[in-house]
Amino acid sequence: MTDVAQELPLAAEPRPPAGAGPFGWLRANLFSSVSNTILTVVAVALLAVTVPPVIRWALVDAVWSAPNSRACHGAGACWAFIAEKWRFILFGTYPYEQHWRPFCAVLIFIAMILASCDRRLWGRRLMLVWLAGLAAVGVLMWGGIFGLSYVGNELWGGLPLTLILAIVGMAFAFPLAILLALGRRSPLPAVRMICIGYIELIRGVPLITVLFMASVMLPLFLPAGMTIDKLLRAQLAIILFAAAYLAEVIRGGLQAIPKGQIEAADALGLGYWRRTRLIVLPQALTLVIPPLVNTFIGTFKDTTLVIIIGLMDLLGTINAALNDANWRGTSAEAYVFAAVIYFCFCFFMSRYSQMLEREFNKGRRA
Amino acid sequence: MTDAAAGAPIIELRHVDKWFGEFHVLRDINLQVYKGERVVVCGPSGSGKSTMIRCVNRLEEHQRGEIVVAGIELTSDVKNIEAIRREVGMVFQQFNLFPHLTVLENLTLAPIWVRKLPKREAEETARLYLERVRIPEQADKYPGQLSGGQQQRVAIARSLCMKPEIMLFDEPTSALDPEMIKEVLDVMIELAEEGMTMVCVTHEMGFARTVADTMVFMDRGEIVERGPPQEFFANPKSDRTKSFLSQILAH
Repeated sequence: MTDVAQELPLAAEPRPPAGAGPFGWLRANLFSSVSNTILTVVAVALLAVTVPPVIRWALVDAVWSAPNSRACHGAGACWAFIAEKWRFILFGTYPYEQHWRPFCAVLIFIAMILASCDRRLWGRRLMLVWLAGLAAVGVLMWGGIFGLSYVGNELWGGLPLTLILAIVGMAFAFPLAILLALGRRSPLPAVRMICIGYIELIRGVPLITVLFMASVMLPLFLPAGMTIDKLLRAQLAIILFAAAYLAEVIRGGLQAIPKGQIEAADALGLGYWRRTRLIVLPQALTLVIPPLVNTFIGTFKDTTLVIIIGLMDLLGTINAALNDANWRGTSAEAYVFAAVIYFCFCFFMSRYSQMLEREFNKGRRA
Repeated sequence: MTDAAAGAPIIELRHVDKWFGEFHVLRDINLQVYKGERVVVCGPSGSGKSTMIRCVNRLEEHQRGEIVVAGIELTSDVKNIEAIRREVGMVFQQFNLFPHLTVLENLTLAPIWVRKLPKREAEETARLYLERVRIPEQADKYPGQLSGGQQQRVAIARSLCMKPEIMLFDEPTSALDPEMIKEVLDVMIELAEEGMTMVCVTHEMGFARTVADTMVFMDRGEIVERGPPQEFFANPKSDRTKSFLSQILAH
């Protein structure tokens, strides 16, 4: 016979409270053991040594306006340089009185990126918005219609150029990468060999080399008299390069999809393309969000390399601004300024990816 | 086999052989299933039962012999394969629900994309089948939030939403906790009573006795014995069948 303790199930009780108050938190997290206490002390000491001088340099002792760098005496940062040069840094050699046009282009990019963050807006309409946005950016930057004066793209520079290279690069590299990743897993040997060959070739070569090849070697193969614009060549190089890396990231996700998922889709009669689009890719891409964003951030920063083929991206305009004889010795300020801008975009991408991961994982844990 | 025997078989396997590499998994399989017939396939593990029913909708490719399903011969022609898959529902041991879609989306996906039904109609049908497998309240959850038994019932409903002529069950209760087996079997029994043509690979002999028109026993890649369940369980002819049944019915 079994013993019956009681007829009714035990009632649920509230969980006992954890350690009390901020003091309890400090004790539990910062001083829980000897080694933890040592680490805490060392970390606080490091912060005490490094943070105040940085604040003193960047804010307290900084000079905010001056006619040139010699007037910027003192130990602080010479932000007067940025105040003087910011328009050139942001927009490069674009005609000065027309700066509102690249400014609007940047705003359009930022607005489109923000709109793309809302998952509820995802769909065909967002694609149309992007196409319209890119067209608007093109109209604004080139002009030549609607009463806008024509500005050739050899005059483009600074932030809009960086954004164009990065965003257009990623937008085209991503679908190409998906095809390459699928192709590399194709049962057709010819398709598979082409994709493997492409990916391995591009991955085996530094981006600088690809850019050089695009800018120096490509014209040699083209028929005489035919030229491809320098910006377009750089853009193509970035697309082709990023696609190879993205393809391998995506392939990692494809490999993680259980065979049962594919069999279930097959058994329902979905066929290869629908199966891939509706079942395989949504799961595979969700799995690889962290490395995917990693590659996107890398691509964003890699666009700075176009400087070697003479395009004036954000870093290029900063270097050019530093050549001004009136502003010698302000490179620290210039690069800090560039770093802040790059950091803002990259940090945004990183936060965005974390938000996406949370969103996709809602209610999905098996 | 009562009135089901009339007409041509809806599934016919003729002299089917299959190899995995050098391993001969299916050996000269001959099987006819008629419309409305319920076939239960049993046999020791590794006997080729799953492989056989997976050949029926081409999840596995056979190397010799002919398979005709619903009047369409299975060849490597993708059109034929997809046509057959539309008519043949399959339920897997591991459920294989799509984890990134809600229950309702799992059910409406194929009707919308393959049968080209309007979304609204597909959802109505889906809710109807969820009702029938007794989980209408789970429509908006994700598969990961359901118990194994509930997931398998969703999987059955997902297949039914395509209104298939034939349902294949590949060990549908083998991955379930014991207390959930019954809820899945109940759904399957109901389906059988409605006259669905079913081929089930299962070790549930109680289920087999209740619903089967025909029992098929497989061992080492061949069909050893086939017959109506009363006879099959009462006096199996082959020694292999006898020893299998004595093992599986011992406890």
